[in-house]
Amino acid sequence: MIDPIEPPPRKNPLIRTRLPTSPPKARSRTSHAFTRAAAEGRFVLQRCGSCGTYCYPAREACPCCLSSAVAFVDAPRRGTLLSETTVRVPSDVYFRERAPWRVGLVKMECGPIIVAHLHADCEESAGVKMSFQLDRSGQAVAFASPEKETPNMSDDRQWREMTADPKFRRVLVTNGRSAVGQEAVAALKSAGAKTVFVGVAEPWKPLAGEKLLRAQEGIEIVPLDVADEKSTMDLAADIGGKVDILVNTTEYIRSGGLLDRRGTSVARDEIDQAYLGFINLAQAFGPGMRMRGADGVNNSAAWVNVLSVYALVNWPAFGAYSASQAGCLSLSHSLRAELRPGGVKVINLFTGPIDIEWFQTVPPPKVAPRAVATAVVSALQNGLEEVYAGDVAEEIRQRLAANPKAVERELGGRYRS
Amino acid sequence: MQSSTRTPYEGIVMAAPVTIPYVRYSIESAQWWIGRALGALVAQAGIRPSDIDGLSVSSFTMGPDSAIGLTQHFGLCVRWLDTIPLGGASAVAALRRAARAVQARDVDIVACVAGDTNHVDSFRHTLENFSRFNQDAVYPYGAGGANASFALIARHYMRTYGVKREDVGKIAVAQRANALRNPNALMKAPLTLEQYLSARPISDPIHLFDCVMPCAGAEAFLVMRDETATALKLPAARLLSTIERHNAFGHDAVQLRGGWAMDVGELYAMAGVRADDLDVVQTYDDYPVISMMQFEDLGFCKKGEGADFVRSHDLTIDGSFPHNTSGGQLSVGQAGAGGAYLGMVEALRQVLGTAGPTQVENARLGLASGFGMINYDRGLASGAAIIAGPSR
Amino acid sequence: MEANKLVELASAVSSGAVRVVDLTFTLSPDFPVIVLPPEFGQAAPVRIQQISRYDSAGPAWYWNNLSFGEHTGTHFDAPIHWFTGKDLPNNSVDTMPTRDMIAPACVIDCSAQAAQDPDFLLTIELVEAWEARHGRIPARNWVLLRTDWSKKGWRDYANLRDDGAHTPGPNAAVMRWLVEERGILGFGTETIGTDAGQAGHLDPPYPAHHFLHGGGRYGLQCLCNLDQLPATGAVIMAAPLKIQNGSGSPLRVIALLAS
Repeated sequence: MIDPIEPPPRKNPLIRTRLPTSPPKARSRTSHAFTRAAAEGRFVLQRCGSCGTYCYPAREACPCCLSSAVAFVDAPRRGTLLSETTVRVPSDVYFRERAPWRVGLVKMECGPIIVAHLHADCEESAGVKMSFQLDRSGQAVAFASPEKETPNMSDDRQWREMTADPKFRRVLVTNGRSAVGQEAVAALKSAGAKTVFVGVAEPWKPLAGEKLLRAQEGIEIVPLDVADEKSTMDLAADIGGKVDILVNTTEYIRSGGLLDRRGTSVARDEIDQAYLGFINLAQAFGPGMRMRGADGVNNSAAWVNVLSVYALVNWPAFGAYSASQAGCLSLSHSLRAELRPGGVKVINLFTGPIDIEWFQTVPPPKVAPRAVATAVVSALQNGLEEVYAGDVAEEIRQRLAANPKAVERELGGRYRS
Repeated sequence: MQSSTRTPYEGIVMAAPVTIPYVRYSIESAQWWIGRALGALVAQAGIRPSDIDGLSVSSFTMGPDSAIGLTQHFGLCVRWLDTIPLGGASAVAALRRAARAVQARDVDIVACVAGDTNHVDSFRHTLENFSRFNQDAVYPYGAGGANASFALIARHYMRTYGVKREDVGKIAVAQRANALRNPNALMKAPLTLEQYLSARPISDPIHLFDCVMPCAGAEAFLVMRDETATALKLPAARLLSTIERHNAFGHDAVQLRGGWAMDVGELYAMAGVRADDLDVVQTYDDYPVISMMQFEDLGFCKKGEGADFVRSHDLTIDGSFPHNTSGGQLSVGQAGAGGAYLGMVEALRQVLGTAGPTQVENARLGLASGFGMINYDRGLASGAAIIAGPSR
Repeated sequence: MEANKLVELASAVSSGAVRVVDLTFTLSPDFPVIVLPPEFGQAAPVRIQQISRYDSAGPAWYWNNLSFGEHTGTHFDAPIHWFTGKDLPNNSVDTMPTRDMIAPACVIDCSAQAAQDPDFLLTIELVEAWEARHGRIPARNWVLLRTDWSKKGWRDYANLRDDGAHTPGPNAAVMRWLVEERGILGFGTETIGTDAGQAGHLDPPYPAHHFLHGGGRYGLQCLCNLDQLPATGAVIMAAPLKIQNGSGSPLRVIALLAS
């Protein structure tokens, strides 16, 4: 039984902030299939195409029949905990700071033996549910959880190291003007965030939903124009040390590609808001977040980007927008690597057309802003890194995996959408 | 007794047991330690360096070198060369390779050496490059060393067979008593069972006195034909039998037995002796629970009866079952790959009657076993040898 | 005029005998800008991007890159800005006569009315009442509409509601009259735009732009400190940037007054 975690006390300003350390990072190239699975919340194992045997750890040939057809497939998660130990004197600095640390040997129903981190409610000889999670080095690790939900399950200390749960954390939602932003604020509050800072640019313009936001405890409207470096830096000067999770809800959506526009003024705004805004946010909030990765219960944990799935493949009807999103996607990869030493995850959430004014003429299915917000919270709670929200995004993901060229042609064919 | 189909080791002997006394930390390189061992071999055997025409080396810390670099480093011109990276099974493996080469007259005098230094960061560097499976699937889980991996094995073994910590502790306590008679042992203080039981946990159920202390040191011996030993007037022990097995019982969910269990019949058959003929037994003791496993797998008792065996025997030098008479790695220290050789070199001294303070009276027949290379979730390498001395 | 009169003027400015009043808001990203329907191209917000500040990017110097729309902050509108002035000669900021950059101003105080009604519109009647006290508005003068709107917080300054901005300005009749009957040089306001916030509903829509620029005249907006100017007697210097084919620019607007 897990005791629920206590709300953290105010930080003692006289004590040095504990700096982030990382668990062992090295992995073979083949085992990065688990990294991919962990990022997406899937569970995979190698299965021999010749004899059907599942094996683990990652190999280059089947240990039963030596076939080289050992592809990674979605695998059943159920196993039994055969043995466990509580490591009290690890030699690795990361684990030493977090000892005692519980690991175990799990025999999977489908065959292999897996050394795994253990949720505190896992019992020896009992069934467990296995997952791959991204640890603080951004690498995949096996994690055994109890098969059934247990009380305060997400408060498990070792599980919290793998995730970025909003509970008791302080979150900055960068753009509180959009429907997605406002739904995200509500969802994060419901998920137990202590404070949600809501960034609003151009405060001289009316803010829809302002009354509701101001009426709630734990929600603070703050001035933030991400495209203005001074505005971003000024906000970071004020609250940078308190941002445990940053949710980038920048939204600048205009239709049009190249030839149906004249000039670059709209493209400049797209780049200004999305791309340069990303840079300003990263420079303003990144260093502080990276430094606070080990700063207690409400340490910094994640940076979430709400991106268009068309960052992955251009939709010419929204061609310029797609390109600006693609630029942001690439930046997010750089940011991911740069924040990794702090153990801060960069989570990319891809959505298809959202059910808002800017996609008004696009036929359904369109993803509701509330569904996007729910996906943000779920990604944080499960420590995922690549999330596809809504049917269109998921379909694009599958189609890209099957044949990216087909997707390119098919999206281009629907230009006059 | 089953009969052996393997070619007997006719006239193959071991000589010149060498130990370079261990230190906890050394600023010297592994090459320094290996060099000292080679020098001691040559001095003890009364030969010249140029008489060594075969070399087998095991070391975790010789950096970019393997055996070939050492030939030039030490001025050895050899016609047989081997690097054995089998951890605790290296001595048995080195002995097996050298024995057949010498038997076939490919080579005359093989120096088998293991040596390692221990800098403050040696342990960490060794771990980082140990194996791909450990890198991918063990270190990320907080172990940083073999302790957690062996803890998982130990817990399962102890639960399966009802082994108590007291049973395992008796092995460690007896070895410490032996070590107090060994001037080279790094552990100098006596150890009681109470102290063993109350020591701080490292990774449940492994506690402090279940763990070896990494250190710097070197061990070595020579392998040759009996005629060579005679010509040199060198005391020597005959090699009677060996076994070697890696990645055995892969389908055991958790390791409960080592490779010896597959070939133990052959070990005794080839030697033409029975388990209770042995005068002295040196098991590979990276953890005392693994020594208990070896009592079962090497035929001293049935699987699952290891605890009973320990309870009903005195494992000290003067006891009913002299075991790890030097004090073993648990009390002498583990000098890297030298740990593989510790038991073999001590067994050689015992059967030659030159063990000095740790000598078991009238010891003539000895067994030394090796075990090692915990790769992912189990120790993969294993081996054992039975020797008889003196040869003449 | 003799040369030393000009030198005298400069000395008077220096000594304070001639007062200089800055009618300009600081150009910054915080200042409200004109908001058009989203389908249209938008004026770029002010961006100040630091290149270096005595640091590794430039050890001994501090400087910035700027970007902004022509019609941002305190700014000048040239005739080419509106379709009614598009074909007039010398109608852009780089071709307008430079002598138009220095001119006297008539300041019409409607601050009381604007305080009551954000949609207040200046009428011919109100100007005639002003003329009865201060004399006929001379030709080639600026007419500046003082509303004290510049003293408001930004939200009230922009005063955006569900149907757009609600800020004061001139009605259509007075604009035509000021251009055609009084020959003014230009019209200046404290608000965003020479036209009222709801001027899209007047006839013609945006009459200040329509008649000023159609008549080859100029606009000034987002002025401040008009309350420090006398009704007559101030001389305005308003020299927009010489942007190639420019329709306007942010600028420094200063007024010279006798102390």
